[in-house]
Amino acid sequence: MQVACIVAFFGAWQIGSSSGYLDPLIVPSLSAIAVAFAALLHGGALWSDAGVTLYELAIAFALAAGAALSAGFVISRSALAVRVFDPLLAGLYAVPTILLFPSYLLFFGIGPPSKIALGATMAFFPIVLATIAGFAHVAPLRLRAARSMGASELQLFWYVLLPEAFPIVLAGLRMGLVLGFLAILGGETLTSNAGLGHQIVTAAESLDPPKMFAYIVVAVGLAVALNAVTSYVEQRARNTTA
Amino acid sequence: MSRDAGVLRLGVIALFVLIWEVAARRFGNPLFVAPPSETLVAAFGLLHDPDVLRALLAAFRELVIAFVIAVAAGLIIAVPLGLSSFWRGALFPLVLILYAIPQVTVLPLFVRIFGLGPPTKIAFGVTHGVFAVILAVVAGIRNIDPILLRAATSLGASRRQLILNVVLPSLIPSLFTGMRIAMSGVLLGVLLAELYISTTGIGFFSQTFTNAFAPAKLFALILILATIAITLNELMRVAERRFNLWREG
Repeated sequence: MQVACIVAFFGAWQIGSSSGYLDPLIVPSLSAIAVAFAALLHGGALWSDAGVTLYELAIAFALAAGAALSAGFVISRSALAVRVFDPLLAGLYAVPTILLFPSYLLFFGIGPPSKIALGATMAFFPIVLATIAGFAHVAPLRLRAARSMGASELQLFWYVLLPEAFPIVLAGLRMGLVLGFLAILGGETLTSNAGLGHQIVTAAESLDPPKMFAYIVVAVGLAVALNAVTSYVEQRARNTTA
Repeated sequence: MSRDAGVLRLGVIALFVLIWEVAARRFGNPLFVAPPSETLVAAFGLLHDPDVLRALLAAFRELVIAFVIAVAAGLIIAVPLGLSSFWRGALFPLVLILYAIPQVTVLPLFVRIFGLGPPTKIAFGVTHGVFAVILAVVAGIRNIDPILLRAATSLGASRRQLILNVVLPSLIPSLFTGMRIAMSGVLLGVLLAELYISTTGIGFFSQTFTNAFAPAKLFALILILATIAITLNELMRVAERRFNLWREG
């Protein structure tokens, strides 16, 4: 049933294209997209642009995760700090991060650094909020029990805090990675000189919709792959800690 | 206790602004950063510039229209999807697939179809907001106690009465949750389109200020837009809480 509906959707698309009902300059036919996609796979350009986007994502995610995990952990150690910072960070999280992009362009130029900054800002908030939520809500009784049995701070962290906070932090990391990817794509679409988003806009502006859709397929494929890989890792980690 | 935290929070914000002010004045390159005091002055200047004001008002109008359309369209799509397992099975996966597409990638397509004016920005805001409404409302309908539906039907309610008197009232909480998430989506979509289209509106001014190395004006524009965003988000959050209280009380 679901398959039938999706098949019907793509079928209608192809019929619409071949009957001339869909303007090929706006929505190209599926076969034209397939041809453009094959051409991308054969040329080397796809890999270099996908590489730029993934490189930006890797750096942005590493920066965001490093900053957010340490800040979140420090904040989570004091109940007062949690009450001070948690609403503040949650409020900032609600502001559209994309608003900062023009100033990042001003600071870092149109190359990858401005996208890295945007992706890192976007990824920071879900990770820091999850880290605070994970570490601040470990059952006090378990902490007290471990302490009274003579656990050192390091043991406390390793055997009590970390296992309990881990799944929540991991969910935050996953969210951060996906949102960071979207922000980087957005930044590349707005103003850039390389990357998948850049290629999509370039293809659109040079009136080459099949190529544009082919790049969109790549971007969507990457997004789905990121989601699948991180879900898998999250599931595995959950099972090993549980 | 929570009072103290609130005071401390203001202190943290004040400290941040102070550090920014001092750092920008002492070490900042005036071509790239502006201290908060100058930003604030520039913000009042921008609000008195009729061209900027027109762009801001246009963006605000786009936000409101996009939000209204997203909520209305979301409801119209979601109610049949929620009530009929046939349509849910048929169309829900398609909705999820569309939702999973990173929408920025199709922004150039929107410009191609809707042009450079408000319709593109409204449409892009709608597609960013509508899915949140659909998902929340479908989930809300599925959570309605089936006994309520059966009772109403066996008491002779028509389908119209069923929807108006049973389904919609019990939907209110999930609708408001969907509306809150939709609002942040609409903000993202409209602002993305505004920034992408640099020939008019906010995108024009942000690009002009960036190219002219006028950080005070750029920061001021961001500040004004962020204030609008925070206000709209908070409004939705308050509305959501209100209606949940109303329902429980």
